[in-house]
Amino acid sequence: MSEKKIKYTVSIYTENSVGLLNRISAIFQKRHINIESFNSSITEIEDVHRWTILVHTSETLIKKIVGQINKQIEVIKSYYHTDEETIYQESCLFKIKSSLLFDDRKIQNIIKESNAIIVTVNPEFFVIEKSGRTYELDELYEKLSKYGILQYVRSARIAVTKAPLFISDILKKFKKK
Amino acid sequence: MPKISGSEAVIKCLINEGVEIIYGYPGGAIMPVYDELFKYQDKIHHVLTRHEQGATHAAQGFARISGKVGVAIATSGPGATNLVTGLADAQIDSTPMICITGQVSSKLLGSDAFQETDIIGISTPITKWNYQITKASEIPEIFAKAFYIAKSGRPGPVLIDITKDAQFELFDFSYNKINGIRSYNPTPEIDKNKIKEAAKLINKAKKPLIVWGQGVILGNAEKELIDLVEKTGIPAAWTILGASAIPTEHPLNVGMLGMHGNYAPNVKTNECDILIAIGMRFDDRVTGDVTRYAKQAQIIHFEIDPAEVNKNIEVDIAVLGNAKDTLGEIIKYVETNSHKNWLKEFSDLYKVEFNKVIDAEINPTKKGLTMGEVIKHINKHTKGDAAIVTDVGQHQMVACRYANFRNSKSNITSGGLGTMGFALPAALGAKMAAPHREVVAVIGDGGYQMTIQELGTIFQTKAAVKIVVLNNDFLGMVRQWQQLFFEKRYASTEMVNPDFVKIAEGYYIKAKRVNKRDDLAPAIEEMIKSKEPYFLEVVVEKEANVFPMIPTGSSVSDIRLS
Ligand SMILES: Cc1ncc(C[n+]2csc(CCOP(=O)(O)OP(=O)(O)O)c2C)c(N)n1
Repeated sequence: MSEKKIKYTVSIYTENSVGLLNRISAIFQKRHINIESFNSSITEIEDVHRWTILVHTSETLIKKIVGQINKQIEVIKSYYHTDEETIYQESCLFKIKSSLLFDDRKIQNIIKESNAIIVTVNPEFFVIEKSGRTYELDELYEKLSKYGILQYVRSARIAVTKAPLFISDILKKFKKK
Repeated sequence: MPKISGSEAVIKCLINEGVEIIYGYPGGAIMPVYDELFKYQDKIHHVLTRHEQGATHAAQGFARISGKVGVAIATSGPGATNLVTGLADAQIDSTPMICITGQVSSKLLGSDAFQETDIIGISTPITKWNYQITKASEIPEIFAKAFYIAKSGRPGPVLIDITKDAQFELFDFSYNKINGIRSYNPTPEIDKNKIKEAAKLINKAKKPLIVWGQGVILGNAEKELIDLVEKTGIPAAWTILGASAIPTEHPLNVGMLGMHGNYAPNVKTNECDILIAIGMRFDDRVTGDVTRYAKQAQIIHFEIDPAEVNKNIEVDIAVLGNAKDTLGEIIKYVETNSHKNWLKEFSDLYKVEFNKVIDAEINPTKKGLTMGEVIKHINKHTKGDAAIVTDVGQHQMVACRYANFRNSKSNITSGGLGTMGFALPAALGAKMAAPHREVVAVIGDGGYQMTIQELGTIFQTKAAVKIVVLNNDFLGMVRQWQQLFFEKRYASTEMVNPDFVKIAEGYYIKAKRVNKRDDLAPAIEEMIKSKEPYFLEVVVEKEANVFPMIPTGSSVSDIRLS
C-alpha cells in the first residue's frame, strides 16, 4: 500500500545566509531522501535567492518536508510542484573527439535535429550544449554515447511555476508589520 | 561613547535582554568573555557547573520554570560538543535557550586548530537557529535576533559561536531589541473561519475529548484552557510536557496520555467523537500505533507550528495560532455544556485502574517500598506546590502519573529526547530561577550517575534543591522491557551502586537513606522542611513494573493494566 513516488521540484526562496544549505539538506537526510539535483540562484527580487531541489518521493513526505523547510528562520517561503506545474529545463555539455565530427556525417545530423549548440570546436575535441527537459537530454545522450563521449556533465534542474508565487507580497506584508 | 570589545558587548547584550543568571564552563576560546563576566559579576551571576551538559540542562530547568530564555556558555571544541545533548533536548521539547560558544580565531577556521570543532555544522539539526560571529560588529544584531528567535513562536534553542578575534575586537556598541525578521513568521495569523468551524464541531459533539500539551504552557494559555474546559464540560487529558497546566485535582482533568498514562484517557481516545488537540504534536509515545489512533473521531488541532499539522496524524480542522489567542477566541463561540454520562465513563475506568494499579502503587501493603508511595508523601508535604523535576525511566513515569500539581510550569522533565542525566542540573536551574518555590528532583539511580557531578554545583551555589533518588539497583525501565519483551534476559541493566549517602555527604549535602516504610514519611517531611539542599535515597523494590502500559506498536486502547 505504499504511496506512489514521483519527481517533485522544490522551490525555496531564501535569505542569502551561510549555513542554511546545511540546515535544509539535513531535513532531507533525516528522512533518508536523496537530493537528485540542487540549484541556487538569484531571483527577480534583490537580496532574495531561489533554490531549486529535485527529489524523488511521495506526496505525503514532500508535503511534510516542505512544511519543515518553511519553518527555518531564513526561508521566506518554499513550495513543491509536479513536473506538470512547472516549466523546467536542465542543460548538459558533451565533450567529443573532433575526428568523429568530420568522419561521420550522422553526428552532424544528430546535433542539428536535437537543437543542440556547438559551443567550441578545436582540432582535438568539440563541445556541444543542449538544454531541455530531462528526457530530451537523455535521448541525445543515448544517441551520442554510441560514438564515444569524452566527458559528459549535466546541470541541476531550474524551473518556474505556471501559477504565480507572490513572494513580493509576503515580503511586503513583513514590512507593514 | 568609547569603543568596547566584542566580549564586553556580549555581556551588555545579555544585560539588555534581562539576563541575570547564566550557566557555563570556561576554556581558552571563551576566556575574553569570562574576563568580562568577572568585571560584571554584580550584574550577571555565572554559575560554574561541573560539566557543560549540566550547564545546558540547568539553563533548560531555568527556562521551563520561568518561561524566560535560559543561557549556557562554553568554550570551543570539547566544551561545545558537550552542549549537544542539551541542545537536542531543548530543540525537541521547544525550550527557549541560548548557548554561547567560543571559537578559534577566524583566520584559523577550517585549519584543525587546537580545540576547533565545527559546532555550527554539528548543532544545525538540533537548533532552531545558529550563527557564527567572526566580527565584533555583528554581536548586537545577532544576540538580539537570537533572543527573539529563541522565545518567539514555538520556542527553541539558538547557538551563537564567536571567534576569539571577534571577542577581542573593539567597536562602537549599541543595542536594539528585535521584534521581527522578514523571513520568519513565528505566529500564524488566526483564521476566524477555522475557529467558527471548530466551535461548531465542538458544540455538536456528544463524546468530546481534549488532549493538551506543552503548547498551552509555552503560550501562557492555562487560564484560557481552563475556561474552555469548564464552559464546555469537556474532559481533558495531558501529555507529560503539558502536565500541570490544569491542576491535577480539577474535576475535568482526566489524567495522563500515552504509553504509561492513565487508563481512561487512552481508552477513550478511541471512543470519543471529537478529539481536540491543543498545543501537542501527537508524539508516538502518546499515539501508539497511528493507524489505530482515534480513527472514529473528527480531530481538531490547535497548533502554533504549521509543520506539526498532519505530520503524524491527519486532522480535520487545523486552527493555527498561539493557544492563548485561539482558545481566547473560540470560547466566544462554544456553548455551555456538561457531559455527565460521558464523564462518568472516565471515572468508571479510573476506578478500574485504581483497583488494579493505583491503589497498590500508592498504598502498598507488600514489604518493598514503591515509587508511587514516595510521590504520595512528597505531594502531602509540599501540598502540591512543588515543582517536580524528573529524569528518565520508571521513576519519571511514576512521578508524572502520581504527582499532584496545583501550579503550572511545575513538571520539568525531558520528554521528547528522554535524556537521562537531565534532572539534577535542571532542578538546580529551576531552583535558581524560582528560589521561592519548592523544587524536588526525582531521579533513578542510573540517570543520577550521568550528571552526579552537579552535586558540586548545588553545594557551591547552596541552591536548596531536594534530591530524591529512587534506587532499585537497576536501569529500571530497560529492565522492565527486558522482563516483558525479552524473557527476563537482564542484559547489562543491573547496577552495583556506590554509597550515595556518602557521596552526597562528600559534597557537604545533608543526606539520608530510607529502606523501611515507617521511616519514609518522616524522612520526606524532614527533607521538605530543610532550608538547604537535601539528598534522600529511597531504596525501592528492585523488580517493580510501571503500569498501565501501551506496548510499542499497540493501539492506545490496547493499554495493559498488568
Ligand atoms: C542518555 C540515555 N541513555 C540511555 C537511555 C535509555 N534508557 C531509558 S530509561 C533507562 C533506565 C533508567 O534507569 P534509572 O535511571 O535507574 O531509572 P529507573 O527506570 O530505574 O527509574 C535507560 C537506560 C536514555 N533514556 N538516556
